[in-house]
Amino acid sequence: MVEPETLLRVEKLHRAFDVSPPALERLLQRKKRATVKAVDGISFTMRRGETFALVGESGCGKSTVARLIVGLYRPTAGRVIFAGQELARLRSRKAAAPLRRRLQMIFQDPYASLNPRWRVKRIIAEPLRTHRLIVNETALRERVVELLRQVRLSPADGEKFPHEFSGGQRQRISIARALASNPEFLVCDEPTSALDVSVQAQILNLMKDLQRQLGLTYLFISHNLAVIYQMSDRVGVMYLGRLVEIASAEQLFASPRHPYTRLLLDTIPSIEATGQAREPVAGEVPNPIHPPPGCSFHPRCPFAKDRCRRERPELIYAGGTLVACHAVEEGRLPVASGMLRTG
Amino acid sequence: MPEPLLRVENVRVELPIRRNVLTAIDDISFTIGPGEVLGVVGESGAGKSLTGAAIIGLLEPPLRIAAGRVTLAGRRIDNLPSEAMRRIRGREIGAIFQDPLTSLNPLCTIGRQLIETIHTHLDLSPAAARDRALALLREVGIAGAEARIDHYPHQFSGGMRQRVVIALAIAANPRLIIADEPTTALDVSIQAQIIALLKRLCGDHGTAVMLVTHDMGVIAETAHRVAVMYAGRIVEIGEVAEVVAHPRHPYTRGLIDAIPRIGGRRQRLRQVDGAMPRLGEIPQGCAFSPRCPEAVDRCRRQGPNLLPAGGTEAACWLYDKVLLPA
Amino acid sequence: MAEGVFTAAAPVRLAPKLRRVFDSDLWWSFRRSPVTVAAAVMALVIIGGAVFAPWIAPHDPWDPASVSLLDASNPPAWLEGGSWTFPLGTDNQGRDVLSAILYGSRLSLFVGSAAVLLALLIGVTLGLLAGWCGGLTDTIIMRIADVKLSFPAILLALLIDGVVRGMLPRDAQSEIASYVLITAIALSFWVQYARTVRASTLVERNKEYIQAARVIGVSPAKIILGHLLPNVIGPVLVIATINLALAILTEATLSFLGVGLPPTQPSLGTLIRNGNDYLFSGDWWISIFPGVVLAVLILSVNLLGDWLRDALNPKLR
Repeated sequence: MVEPETLLRVEKLHRAFDVSPPALERLLQRKKRATVKAVDGISFTMRRGETFALVGESGCGKSTVARLIVGLYRPTAGRVIFAGQELARLRSRKAAAPLRRRLQMIFQDPYASLNPRWRVKRIIAEPLRTHRLIVNETALRERVVELLRQVRLSPADGEKFPHEFSGGQRQRISIARALASNPEFLVCDEPTSALDVSVQAQILNLMKDLQRQLGLTYLFISHNLAVIYQMSDRVGVMYLGRLVEIASAEQLFASPRHPYTRLLLDTIPSIEATGQAREPVAGEVPNPIHPPPGCSFHPRCPFAKDRCRRERPELIYAGGTLVACHAVEEGRLPVASGMLRTG
Repeated sequence: MPEPLLRVENVRVELPIRRNVLTAIDDISFTIGPGEVLGVVGESGAGKSLTGAAIIGLLEPPLRIAAGRVTLAGRRIDNLPSEAMRRIRGREIGAIFQDPLTSLNPLCTIGRQLIETIHTHLDLSPAAARDRALALLREVGIAGAEARIDHYPHQFSGGMRQRVVIALAIAANPRLIIADEPTTALDVSIQAQIIALLKRLCGDHGTAVMLVTHDMGVIAETAHRVAVMYAGRIVEIGEVAEVVAHPRHPYTRGLIDAIPRIGGRRQRLRQVDGAMPRLGEIPQGCAFSPRCPEAVDRCRRQGPNLLPAGGTEAACWLYDKVLLPA
Repeated sequence: MAEGVFTAAAPVRLAPKLRRVFDSDLWWSFRRSPVTVAAAVMALVIIGGAVFAPWIAPHDPWDPASVSLLDASNPPAWLEGGSWTFPLGTDNQGRDVLSAILYGSRLSLFVGSAAVLLALLIGVTLGLLAGWCGGLTDTIIMRIADVKLSFPAILLALLIDGVVRGMLPRDAQSEIASYVLITAIALSFWVQYARTVRASTLVERNKEYIQAARVIGVSPAKIILGHLLPNVIGPVLVIATINLALAILTEATLSFLGVGLPPTQPSLGTLIRNGNDYLFSGDWWISIFPGVVLAVLILSVNLLGDWLRDALNPKLR
């Protein structure tokens, strides 16, 4: 059997933002420059056809990773290699165009991701016009109708404006636009977080169907673990700009290793836990400008020891998954039973 | 059966806009007992936030209560003049809103906001008010209260700010708290802390809570009873465990089925096609009938009221005893 | 055959569009406000008179052949000594005041609108550039704007006018006087457009639809013109409408001060100035009527601008 190719490789990716106070203030009040390391050394790979999820709470950097991969930000260090090429190295728009055609993005906010003054058909046709994929107007119109049908909207919807649609329908329009240039890879940044539960189910089902029909590869960003469970093959857990665990979805939910992963799984309010009392772990995500030294999770970790305060853990193989935790490496962690009941 | 603390009877909220009058909430009735947590769940546009606003008297004009009554501990509150309502707000009914960032005045220290609230409703000396504020902060779990009472809101994180907002809500020891999406803007791990805090406080003080949210998981963990709203009406109401395990109304069934769960096979999520109708596009009869797999002719002609459905109450003709065979 | 289909299709497509306009909330709010309707009627009357002046003016006041000193200083028709040949009277040279007003408003409106359009062009372009590029470009443009704001509009117009007059020979001056005036007024007004557009651009730039366009690979020029411009131009149009009144007034002021249009191309302001000398000698109609027309024009344009701003404000809907 042919091993599916590696479509995306991310190597030691860094992105820092300068959040210093203005120069005058720094001068007068002796303040220092401040940077936020939004992405602090991320590495992972993705195979063609799989769905890889990045999960974490707000501020963990997952949205920044998404934007780094599609080229909205330039990395401050490290590389993003898509299909053997680095988007960041291509200086001119023309050189980057073939790559951009294959790599598209779906955004979180269905209300802000469509130009309110454009008709839907113009929105969907934009990638086709930009890359001159179809020049003939009639053929263009037909392609737009085909795309609308693919996302289960009617051809007449092309004449309308975005504000005439509900959130779920707008997200379908966004998906149609993303699919216009026949991409292979879609970065989905919290595509259903702003939608109601019943609409979310429609969109997730649609995305799964499209993936099967078109052979798409998804990088799926979310903070909702249940959605990730339904949608993804492999999962990467992020905390304060770093990856703390990478595992297949089954393994992650059946036996989470990293203490933060366990915390996340424990704290999801769920219907199954109706009426149960839970003792939640204390603490909050620290300020990203001054992250804790060593392992950034150690202030909240019940297993933290001295080494955790000094030394940053690297991702190591532990029982089939990648985990960045000293306690796991040293075998100190008891085996946890996750949310999946095996057998 | 103790006398309910809050009684909402046949309330209708209308919105007159440029050319006609839209009905935002159509004839809802429910009760909340003392110390009970009632969850009000529904998707966006269902009218759950408006219900809370109507009860506490914070409907923004031109929205208005067009019919029905709201009684608190036997006393009618929907038709009070604004001054009387203002006294009730805070003292008898407290409120927690979704966004902790905008619920607090960024220009005042939280101590000042707390003490101001305490002063408005309770007759205490300044020193006693400050002591009470400190006690409240400690009760909601803010460490180092003596120092933090003089901090400004921007010096707190999101979760901490929401704790301050909760402290403000319970400051005058109200009997009922209306919590409108209190955890939606917070991270998952903080959500759990805030939910636990709310549960503990309400248990300790015997405060009733009307918890408005779209997150069924939060309701399942926190509430005793739940009311499901759709297009401005209550379609199902009953004990949480019962509604979650055996939903009666087709919409509730669809809603619960659509929620992604962890565990079990990963298959297609059960979906309900279509979307909730917007204000002004609500069909005649039962508002859910266009999307309902079990709709019959009667559903399109006449909208049902809440009918007993063995365990819960559901507004669905399926449960009309007259129709069911003997 | 194809043409027939084409021409038949066009009015059919227009009708539903017209119906949409009359059905819309905008029209409804327009009809609902009697003040706005009155203002619109007034403005239309004056603008109509100005546009069609060459056809409807009873006389041509600037044709030396048709003007005779014998008709000088006639009072308005309804007063003793007046006649309906000159309904609003004549000035000291025998020129018909009504015709002078019609031609004068024409010039006032031309100069005013052209100035506003030029200011829009400069301001919107600079605002878009400043908002989109940020950094040094933004800083430079905004500091230029700040410098400009420290000059009062009239002073700036006087300055430009004076400099150009000094540079050009006399006869060339009259020809291009109106263009110099337009430029001077435009340069006084562009800053508010630039500021508004820059602020809106800063907000819109971070929205996801702009990011989506960048991910697709659309060129920055197309993003700015196709995506940003339609979404930031709204508030600017409202300001422009209200500014039209101000531009006309500025031109009138400059002409009144004698540094605007030359006497051979009088605008309403010049007319007021000319008539000013005779105000206290009893020939009040020479400057009062142009003054009234100017006031009504400015008031109605202002009211229309107010209505437009409220009607387009989504929060008030």
